[in-house]
Amino acid sequence: MDLLNAFVALSNFVLVPAIAYGSQLALGALGVTLIYGILRFSNFAHGDTMAFGTMTTILFTWLFQGWGLSLGPLPTALLALPFGILGCMALLLLTDRAVYRFYREQKAKPVILVIVSIGVMFIMNGLVRFIIGPGDQRFADGERFIISARDFKEMTGLREGLAIKTTQGLTVITAVIVVALLFWFLNRTRTGKSMRAYSDNEDLALLSGINPDRVVMVTWLIVAALATVAGVLYGLDKSFKPFTYFQLLLPVFASAIVGGLGNPLGAIAGGFVIAFSEVTITYAWKKVLGYTLPESLEPEGLVQLLSTDYKFAVSFVILLIVLLFRPTGLFRGKAV
Amino acid sequence: MSETMRNTALFAGVAALIVGTGLFQSWNAALLILNMGLISAIMALGVNLQWGFAGLFNVGVMGFVALGGLATVLVAMPPTTEAWAAGGVQVIAGLICGAAVIGTAILAHRFMAPSKLRGLVMLAILVGGFFAYRAVFDPGVEAVEAVNPAGTGYLGGLGLPVLLAWPVGGVLAAGAAWIIGKAALGLRSDYLAIATLGIAEIILAVLKNEDWLSRGVKNVNGIPRPVPYEIDLQNDPGFVEQVQGLGLDPVTASSLYIKLGYAALFTVVLVLILVAAQLALKSPWGRMMRAIRDNEVAAQAMGKDVTRRHLQIFILGSAVCGIAGAMMTTLDGQLIPTSYQPLRFTFLIWVMVIVGGSGNNFGAVLGGFLIWFLWVQVEPMGHWLMQTITAPMADGSALKAHLLDSAAHMRLLTMGLILLLVLRFSPRGLIPEK
Repeated sequence: MDLLNAFVALSNFVLVPAIAYGSQLALGALGVTLIYGILRFSNFAHGDTMAFGTMTTILFTWLFQGWGLSLGPLPTALLALPFGILGCMALLLLTDRAVYRFYREQKAKPVILVIVSIGVMFIMNGLVRFIIGPGDQRFADGERFIISARDFKEMTGLREGLAIKTTQGLTVITAVIVVALLFWFLNRTRTGKSMRAYSDNEDLALLSGINPDRVVMVTWLIVAALATVAGVLYGLDKSFKPFTYFQLLLPVFASAIVGGLGNPLGAIAGGFVIAFSEVTITYAWKKVLGYTLPESLEPEGLVQLLSTDYKFAVSFVILLIVLLFRPTGLFRGKAV
Repeated sequence: MSETMRNTALFAGVAALIVGTGLFQSWNAALLILNMGLISAIMALGVNLQWGFAGLFNVGVMGFVALGGLATVLVAMPPTTEAWAAGGVQVIAGLICGAAVIGTAILAHRFMAPSKLRGLVMLAILVGGFFAYRAVFDPGVEAVEAVNPAGTGYLGGLGLPVLLAWPVGGVLAAGAAWIIGKAALGLRSDYLAIATLGIAEIILAVLKNEDWLSRGVKNVNGIPRPVPYEIDLQNDPGFVEQVQGLGLDPVTASSLYIKLGYAALFTVVLVLILVAAQLALKSPWGRMMRAIRDNEVAAQAMGKDVTRRHLQIFILGSAVCGIAGAMMTTLDGQLIPTSYQPLRFTFLIWVMVIVGGSGNNFGAVLGGFLIWFLWVQVEPMGHWLMQTITAPMADGSALKAHLLDSAAHMRLLTMGLILLLVLRFSPRGLIPEK
């Protein structure tokens, strides 16, 4: 019985949040890794791209809420999501046309593109703050929980409750669907295959008649979709604040690098590695240990390895360890 | 000759902008811009050392600046004797213990043959060491933070003159740069970028959470100054008489006097660093750095130790940023960890370097002044612009209110736009590298 309680507590505080957070990071990291694979630079504006897509979605959510539209138990944001994605796609295509294309044609060094993306980051950041303001926005509506802690306790008679928020369930389901679609697209369709070919060897791909402009455009479209979905899921789960999204850049990049930059499978694995380590290291283990250990060994303190404010440190340390011992990431990524 | 003329004209233009602020707004505002401009110019010089000389992509400037700020607290604040008595020694012992654990693990890694056993031994040392460290460290921290938490609750500093903090800030930043450089230099440029971005966040997390060190988010106020206090000047009959002889109000005059004092101090530091950087650029060492930047393989073939040189210049550049950070905290007279934002302290410095001209020290200085001026002045300009745009709109309309409220965010947009425009149309900056 105690072990069961321990497992429920563990699921409630570690497994469920980490899986949800990991899915969000994985989606973000997929965007970073795709840009890296195809456009060959680290996009510092990715966090703000996520913020922009989310902001557009929030604006549409408010509009729909104003019209009285809703999805019942599901958040209205799901209905607004396609419009958010479209908005984000428009912005990214515009940025590519106005900014990145010039440097691509010049064959600029990757680090120049990184600096350019910093400029884009400033503009997107300013744009988002300009339109929606720098404050916190909560836009989740509908049913809050799939199972609330109290229902779970009543159902099972356990002392520990297990709460699964609707947004957490939604995150995982959406992430699975999006990732499945992405891999189907990359592996089965002609455009997807040409993208992979372009990423593997640009010269050979060009030689075999692949249109680079088309590949780049499709990449931006996919990245816009991924970034918006990741951003909206994160915002539903927690809340939307432009600065938080900017800060997500670090764990997202850590996920992409840990998995191996340019490798989509690696990005997903990296996302979960980072999320699980962040949550387990900053979680206070007192409760779980209290159930599993014999009474005499029960810990007095919280058994929290690091305070939650150090979660960035966790992703960073993992990043460093991977870089030191396996510079191309867990799943061999590219090294340009 | 025309080049010198052009550059002089550019500097004169920026000077005119600042003087114009003095004439049309107030001299107080102009001197504020000048002082922060001087500090920004030093930060830009630091980044220029790394990026312009050596092509190292450091986006952790904020962390090094914050470490400089920490140095002012550690050097200049009076020590909290009760806190030292309560747990100071234990905190220090905890830190030494932590460092010893990491040292042992590194030694184990170095001197044991690569095997499963080595991994296990290292893991055992690190995990066991972590708990040992926490066991020593935590009670000490608790004891220190319990001492008068509303007033002090931290160990305090050494009570030394604040000017001493400036070089110490440089040393602290150099130490952090050494650690990060050891780990991440020699990897690809993007990796260094992410690693520095991470270390900056961690340094900030430490400043925000380790209350025993710098009071965390409770801030440290009243850091001693290298210049007199306004109130003392106003109470000094000699000073009052003198300024009244000049026809100035003593309150305004004292504030101007203090700011001019800071400006003089900062100018000395800027000139020293600028001269040193110029000498370095023109020396064989500077030529070697640029050779490495332009072609690493060729430089390696000539027998240059690229990784070591990179580490060297990375440490130097970060130290300069640390000095500037210490100066900034001295100017503010307080350390507020929450005020450090990456957009303001990392990426804005990058805009300064790129706009000014990477690889050229004078360019970095010019960029520092110009971009700082814009950063300050774009807000009122944005407000004015918004008022002009919204003037025909009906009063009380939601859009008008929103536009007026959001004018403050124009500065990020403007900075991004400036960066992109310069990169596109004048990628070598206002004063290009020779």
